[in-house]
Amino acid sequence: MEMVVEVSKQAQGHENGVVYPSDNIMLDLHDLKKVYPTPKGDYVVLEHLNLQILKEEFVTIIGHSGCGKTTMLSMIAGLNPISDGRISVLGNPIKGPGPDRGVIFQAPSLMPWMTALQNVKLGVNQVFPHASKSQRKDIAMYYLDKVGLEGAFHKKANELSQGMQQRVGIARAFAIKPKVLLLDEPFGMLDSLTRGELQDILIEIWNKEKITAVMITHDVDEAIFLADRVVMMTSGPRAKIGDVLSIDFERPRTRKSVLEHDDYYKYRKHLIDFLEH
Amino acid sequence: MKQSVTVVQDEKGNFGTMVKDFVIKLIPAMPKWNGKTLVRKVLIPLASIILFVGLWHVGAKALYNIEADYKIQKALTDQGQEAADQMAACIASGDVSCQPNTLPSPAQVWTSFNTLIADHKAISADKAEFKAKTAALNAKREAEGKAPIVYTGRPSFVDQIFTSLKTVFAGFLLALIIAVPVGVIIGLSTTLRNSFNWLIQIFKPVSPVVWLLLVFMIVKTMTKDSESDSAFIISFISVGLCAMWATLVNTAMGVATVDKDYINVAKVLKLGPIQKVFKVILPSSLPLIFTGLRITLSVAWMVLIAIELLAQSPGLGSFVWEEFQNGANDSNSKIIVAMFVIGIIGFLLDRIMLTVQNMVSFNKNATA
Ligand SMILES: Nc1ncnc2c1ncn2[C@@H]1O[C@H](COP(=O)(O)OP(=O)(O)O)[C@@H](O)[C@H]1O
Ligand SMILES: [Mg+2]
Repeated sequence: MEMVVEVSKQAQGHENGVVYPSDNIMLDLHDLKKVYPTPKGDYVVLEHLNLQILKEEFVTIIGHSGCGKTTMLSMIAGLNPISDGRISVLGNPIKGPGPDRGVIFQAPSLMPWMTALQNVKLGVNQVFPHASKSQRKDIAMYYLDKVGLEGAFHKKANELSQGMQQRVGIARAFAIKPKVLLLDEPFGMLDSLTRGELQDILIEIWNKEKITAVMITHDVDEAIFLADRVVMMTSGPRAKIGDVLSIDFERPRTRKSVLEHDDYYKYRKHLIDFLEH
Repeated sequence: MKQSVTVVQDEKGNFGTMVKDFVIKLIPAMPKWNGKTLVRKVLIPLASIILFVGLWHVGAKALYNIEADYKIQKALTDQGQEAADQMAACIASGDVSCQPNTLPSPAQVWTSFNTLIADHKAISADKAEFKAKTAALNAKREAEGKAPIVYTGRPSFVDQIFTSLKTVFAGFLLALIIAVPVGVIIGLSTTLRNSFNWLIQIFKPVSPVVWLLLVFMIVKTMTKDSESDSAFIISFISVGLCAMWATLVNTAMGVATVDKDYINVAKVLKLGPIQKVFKVILPSSLPLIFTGLRITLSVAWMVLIAIELLAQSPGLGSFVWEEFQNGANDSNSKIIVAMFVIGIIGFLLDRIMLTVQNMVSFNKNATA
């Protein structure tokens, strides 16, 4: 757990304008700008947005609705063109979307005509074209197993509940072994019980795979429970990073230990104070 | 097209069980029987049929009386009282020579239906006999490399039905082969869609008659010295061209409006263009494509009758036309029989398409 403390120190350093050693940075958003042309003239959603995310870091992003969180995430995914500035992965500017940045959308967006297994295999086949057929199937089944869907391989996606579908979404995203995992309020539509379950599943897989994760959420408790750092965005237009909060809880975390931790309410208050101003 | 097959058929299913499933799905699910469903599903439809036949009967009777009165009246003014009495007696006796010619009653139509069936049986027997008689001769002719002697008698009503079905399926297949690929290509590109739109808008409302004439001009020249059945070719091509527009438009729309999330998934996974079309775009537009095909089939069946009638190609259309021209005593009731047969077959075709449509749609069931 040494590493976590290290990361959080650096994160605080970042707030003070200290730059990370570049070989530690997975994702670098530099002076990012996004303009949407509208009938009433250009709308500047994001401007002068700077954010660096480290390897193996889990960052959650909160901000008011409409401030540009989805816009930022879809730009990182390469699905939304950059108006100005730069996004780099491991120092290389991104060129469009690619499987090095997996995405879990708010809606599970599985292909409803495919089974759970086929949905996961769609990505696996694409990313591991040289693996044998059975190897690819094994990979897909491994991740479906991990999200607790061992009995539902052959169910059509539209026969699964929302929560189950999002589990397939998680399996599909991890199975393509991305460098960065991007999540846009993936549990926003679920009831709180299912949401808790899926948070546990997500963090369990992430503990194993340790890929960089960037997750948008509107749930302050979720933001604290999952993150190494919580990034707060200012309200738009011209939104940018307003504040960054390091969460120094040890990993692996349990919900209980987090809730009982002395610092929990301090963190919570920090985030809520930010959102209320 | 592997993907679209897996849509219909799950991995374990073989063709036999697929056919069985399909037939089961064709029959509307039987609800649990209780008083309420009995009334709703049986008694009310039955009552509506009885009401319909009753009204028809009364209406036909009224028309019959008007026509009969007119005939008697005419005899009276033209030839005097005696002729009028004779006419009245003749009509009352049911003699075919003087029956009023008007909307036939349900009973007359039923009689004609039976006549047509009996006629079919007679012709079939005749055909079988002909075949038996010529079997030996034909075998010899074949051995000598000569064309066999074929039955050239009049086709029965049932033969006409099958000819029509053959034509409509040929037309439907033609529509499918043209409209689905073209629709996919147009749907994929906004530029193409915009540039082809005017063409579609202009050709879509063109009447079947005009299509027929256009096809006639082309096919007549092209089949000038071949022995092919040009009436059949002309009618099925015209049917296909008339009916394909719904499929073309729906396919293009389905392809153009694939859920953005699916497209994003394809982009993130960097699927190539072929994979993108076959794994994502086509399966997701299948429900709309089948909605289009369903409309295409029903339009095809509807215009077929008119086209057969005009092209003088055999089938139900020419049956109706010949009966109308023929003016025999039971012609009118035969036309009504044909009307019901056309309607019922149209309904069955639509039912089949609806079932297929429901099998490929992954969201909600389409409704009749
Ligand atoms: N394609 C677009 N064209 C124009 N404006 C857009 C578009 N997408 C989003 N916006 C606007 O940009 C702002 C940020 O949107 P979004 O990134 O979805 O916010 P968030 O995810 O934080 O709720 C909103 O005001 C939204 O109306
Ligand atoms: Mg959003």
